Amino acid sequence: MPILADSNSRIIVQGITGREASVFTKESIQYGAQIVAGVTPGKGGQTIHNVQVFDTVQAAKQSHNADATVIAVPAPFVRDAALEALAAEIKLLVIVTERIPRRDVVTIIENATQLDARVIGPNTLGVISPNRTRIGMCGGNAKDVRRAYMQGPVGIMSRSGGMMTEIANQLTQSGIGQSTCVSIGGDPIVGSTFLDLLPLYEKDQETKALVLFCEPGGTMEERLSEYLNANSCRLPIVAFIAGRFADRMQGIRFGHAGAIVERGRGSPSDKARLLRNSGVYVAEKLSDIPQLVKENT
Amino acid sequence: MKILEIDAKTILSKHSLAIPQGTVVTSPMEAFNAADSLSRPVVLKVQIPSSGRMKAGGVKFAQTPDEAKNEAAVLLQTTINNYSANNILLEEKLSVNSEIFLGITYDADSRTGVILGSVSGGIDVEKSDKIARAIFSPQLPPPDYIGRQIAIELGYESKDLLNLSRIITALVTCFIQSDALLLEVNPLILTSDHEWVIADVHMELDDDALFRQKELLKHVPYSNDLVLQTSDFEQLAKEIDSSDHRGVAGRLVAFDGNLGMLMGGGGASMTIFDAVLNAGLNPANYCEIGGNPSVKKVKELTKLILQQPSVDKLAVIMNVVSNTRTDLVARGVIKGIVELGLIPKDVISVFRIPGSWEKEGYDILDHYKVSYFGRETSIDEAVDSIKCRF
Repeated sequence: MPILADSNSRIIVQGITGREASVFTKESIQYGAQIVAGVTPGKGGQTIHNVQVFDTVQAAKQSHNADATVIAVPAPFVRDAALEALAAEIKLLVIVTERIPRRDVVTIIENATQLDARVIGPNTLGVISPNRTRIGMCGGNAKDVRRAYMQGPVGIMSRSGGMMTEIANQLTQSGIGQSTCVSIGGDPIVGSTFLDLLPLYEKDQETKALVLFCEPGGTMEERLSEYLNANSCRLPIVAFIAGRFADRMQGIRFGHAGAIVERGRGSPSDKARLLRNSGVYVAEKLSDIPQLVKENT
Repeated sequence: MKILEIDAKTILSKHSLAIPQGTVVTSPMEAFNAADSLSRPVVLKVQIPSSGRMKAGGVKFAQTPDEAKNEAAVLLQTTINNYSANNILLEEKLSVNSEIFLGITYDADSRTGVILGSVSGGIDVEKSDKIARAIFSPQLPPPDYIGRQIAIELGYESKDLLNLSRIITALVTCFIQSDALLLEVNPLILTSDHEWVIADVHMELDDDALFRQKELLKHVPYSNDLVLQTSDFEQLAKEIDSSDHRGVAGRLVAFDGNLGMLMGGGGASMTIFDAVLNAGLNPANYCEIGGNPSVKKVKELTKLILQQPSVDKLAVIMNVVSNTRTDLVARGVIKGIVELGLIPKDVISVFRIPGSWEKEGYDILDHYKVSYFGRETSIDEAVDSIKCRF
């Protein structure tokens, strides 16, 4: 039983009539995902790849009993789409749109938290439980997804959607499958961090190890390290931290407030050191990941 | 988008926040006249998008109009962090009772807005450990008690407390309504007349929200000019990117190495760039492509990179792609090289883009006898292979 998404997940796509959304809808269905309805205000009554389109999330949910939504509307409309999904009591929102105003992202997450709903993203390629389902667009068309991803015991959480497929492909090439892979989103503020999702993986009997793809900036890795120092975790964790060059090159100087908020955290080498100190296996090279997973599970 | 002090103050004054009397001057004579009409000691501050102005000598004080004239002449010759000072903000010097730091931003941990306050305002605030802190929701309107909480923690009472809390509420409102990512007042000065005045401000707007800030953008002329002052190379890359809405190609930063780089975007580019530096190679640029760019975009970008005088070879590396098409990138790269009269197999030091439409991409590369790597070769191995091409 994977986390977040399994073959029973009933998915709607908001913005299904868009160019990109219509493509990933078709590809997801070919992969086996149950995309039960789409929503585009003003285009209710149409069908896209045999999926019924509704004007509202409420109507789509009532007709098809959906439990997750992929939000792929243009950035200015994401806030509205997400609040509509939350009002319709959808409990899993995967927001693939990028370049959403920060104020809207925070607003969406606040509302989701109040309603006990989970947000993945924004700026995510989605969630995939190989062989079962995919919510979003990670891995591309069904044929490519099957080449890169295979079912197995390793969970992946990645701050980069593209690198999630790269890592899954590496593992698959080494004969190691994946349980659930989550592209958590590339934005500074995302709905679900490593730490938010860790308890789900801990409970998931199918998952035997975790691989993380980390990036400079933010405090997600630092938070995880603090948690691991204070709590036990049954899963061995392998992490790769990209952007180590940021330490050698003159970085972007944030304001005083940014520096105080992060209190000197956020540099890739600090992240590596802290994660290592809390028992995480830090891969120096991306290609070391499969070996580290093998050695430690 | 960085907003210069002068423009930020215009925005803040629209939110009924008090700013010092002053004006922008561009010559020593204007400085003399401005100081003369204020008829009190003044401060002159260069308007550049770089913090640490004070420490870098970009802020001067003057007692008389003559001094103001002389200081302006010095400042106009000064270059700070590669920015020359064309505009100087000349303001009345405030009589200080006390000064504080206030910062407003978003916090990735709490995923809320956050207000930070410190009594040790000024340039060493980051070292201060007495920070008052409160979170807020960006869903309007901010409640006043948050400002009072900060003001009390900073040690103010009675009228100063109430006035300060009103200012904090106004700043938070301004932060939210402007779609700012950072609004930092440092220092906020309590004058000897017990008036709170914004002495200096750093403001940064959310680029992703500019589409709904058209009205505000009309009132920030100096900052708008700044956006235009990027280097030619980066400007050309931007033009290539905006010429076609398909895909992203052109987030480009130039270095002085000999290896031109076309890399997958985001995490991939960071991973690839790390591997390139670890292999001891000399990159000529940082350039991300993604989101399925058109052939034309990739072609133009390839030409731009290869036309840098220092560049001998090109490395084309992406993660296993699912949206970007291998064949379109291959076609764009080859077209760019051929249009420059060069030979693809000599120029391309490595090509590694497995994923969607890879078969079609490999056919194109085969036709031009360019060797390439597939998904069974890791990014690290692909990068290591470049070494023997030089």
